[in-house]
Amino acid sequence: MDIDVNKVAMLARIRLTDDEAAELGPQLSGILGYIETLSEVNTEGVAATAHPHDAAMPLRANVVTNGNRRDELQASAPKTESGLYVVPKVIE
Amino acid sequence: MPFSSLSDIKSRLDAGETSAVEVAQLYLDRIAAHNDSLNAFVYIDAHHVLAQAEASDKYRAEHEARPLEGLPIAVKDIFCTQDGPTRCCSKILKDFHAPYDAQVITHLKEAGAVLVGKTNMDEFAMGSSNETSAFGPCRNPWDTDAIPGGSSGGSAAAVAAALTPAALGTDTGGSIRQPASVCGITGLKPTYGRVSRRGIIAFASSLDQAGPMTRTVKDAAMITAAISGHDSRDATSVNNAPAVDWLGACDATDMKGLKIGRPKEYFVDGMDAGVRASVDAALKQCEALGAEVIDISLPHTEYAVAAYYVIAPSEASANLSRYDGVRFGHRCDNPDDLLDMYTRSRDEGFGSEVKRRILTGAFALSSGYYDAYYLKAQQVRTLIQQDFIKAFEEVDIIATPTSPVTAFKLGEKTDDPLTMYLSDIFTIAVNLAGLPGLSQPCGFANNMPVGLQWIAPAWREDLILSAASAYEGATEWHSKAPAAFDNKAGGES
Repeated sequence: MDIDVNKVAMLARIRLTDDEAAELGPQLSGILGYIETLSEVNTEGVAATAHPHDAAMPLRANVVTNGNRRDELQASAPKTESGLYVVPKVIE
Repeated sequence: MPFSSLSDIKSRLDAGETSAVEVAQLYLDRIAAHNDSLNAFVYIDAHHVLAQAEASDKYRAEHEARPLEGLPIAVKDIFCTQDGPTRCCSKILKDFHAPYDAQVITHLKEAGAVLVGKTNMDEFAMGSSNETSAFGPCRNPWDTDAIPGGSSGGSAAAVAAALTPAALGTDTGGSIRQPASVCGITGLKPTYGRVSRRGIIAFASSLDQAGPMTRTVKDAAMITAAISGHDSRDATSVNNAPAVDWLGACDATDMKGLKIGRPKEYFVDGMDAGVRASVDAALKQCEALGAEVIDISLPHTEYAVAAYYVIAPSEASANLSRYDGVRFGHRCDNPDDLLDMYTRSRDEGFGSEVKRRILTGAFALSSGYYDAYYLKAQQVRTLIQQDFIKAFEEVDIIATPTSPVTAFKLGEKTDDPLTMYLSDIFTIAVNLAGLPGLSQPCGFANNMPVGLQWIAPAWREDLILSAASAYEGATEWHSKAPAAFDNKAGGES
């Protein structure tokens, strides 16, 4: 199967150099070709797995349990200012 | 001492024959001597290790020893630890320091363990050979030109070469069991939901599970006992999971009455003849121990790898969207705008295998392809689960080879991603079905270790531990040590 690797890369928000795109395109086609063996399996009426043990998602009370740790949590951020994350200008 | 089991070291500590500091120093010395040739550890802070050991000795002097008191345990670089960096062996996390400990790290600390350092791994646990690590490949102690398996290759190599008596790994498609197999040690992937995933850097959340990599079955049980349990901060951690008598299960010395299933789909053309011979011999040994070996079929086995390579990359593409250069991780220099920052940071930070998986997942989830890929794979996953459920109506436990081959040479499979993916052909179905699985040494082929895999119904780790303990008690494979690292002549205790 031929896929537009640059389009998929943009969906995944990854820039690819031309060399990377040239290498990844055929590799992805090979992987997806292998995956297509799934089409041999008759899955009519088979439920899709949602959880390995079919467990229900638990609910918890919506309360703060770990206090304010903003400084620690922001310590690994590339750029912050006054407790905010700084990113390139979004709105002109 | 270096090749002693965790439980032997524990006995010596309990008897006052050695101290946690002495034990820690012994392994630190071995790491200093051997890590350059293996690249098993990517982070060590010797002062911090000794400080933990001193604190453990002090605790022991004043209180009753905790279950893992003073025992050194290394952890894969995927576990968040407040001490030292947590990088998941990726450039994108090269400067990351976790603001909290993973729940399993908290459990290990509370049990008195001494955390030795961070072990090498495939980047974001995506790989079967440890060759995708941003810190360079790790090597197999049995042949340093061979891969240690992956993704928990550093943990496996470190235990196999006795740079630590035990380590933690994670297993999404075989990443504990396959490296344990090719390095000749024991590795347990618990039932999905048994061990908290909180603070373990997420790869594929419906498959990921942490577990021990050790020299003996009992050591694996000791660690699993310490790290398992419900965690309300992991929504997939299962509450009221059936309890297991972890250590009691390891007292088994025979397999009388045990019905072992031998699935024909796991003994196929194309697998290494020596691997097959070792596993067949192991099953004969099981019969001699009183087990009945019954031929069974798991008919959807051949589709497990294909289903996995839709489901795992799809979940990965969602999980790894968090690396956007905003809250943590690498940000490119001088971005033109927000989109340029996202796309360039991710291109620069991720290695090629991680990009392949993210793109595969992004494609499988993209508009127009979701039903044909993701939905289809999740339906096939249900059929794979049903295969196991049917098999367990007939047998108690299933035994297979862990890997179709022994450790291959570095670089041998890096050119073709698909060939590499197929090396997990015998481990992946267990993750898809959420079952417990264990690999233990059962012989050698091509002078390299072979692993025997045990698979049990969900929550029945006790069946696995009993069968594996009985096998271990009747054989010597688990006590073999790679000659290059077994320097008994060097005067080490």
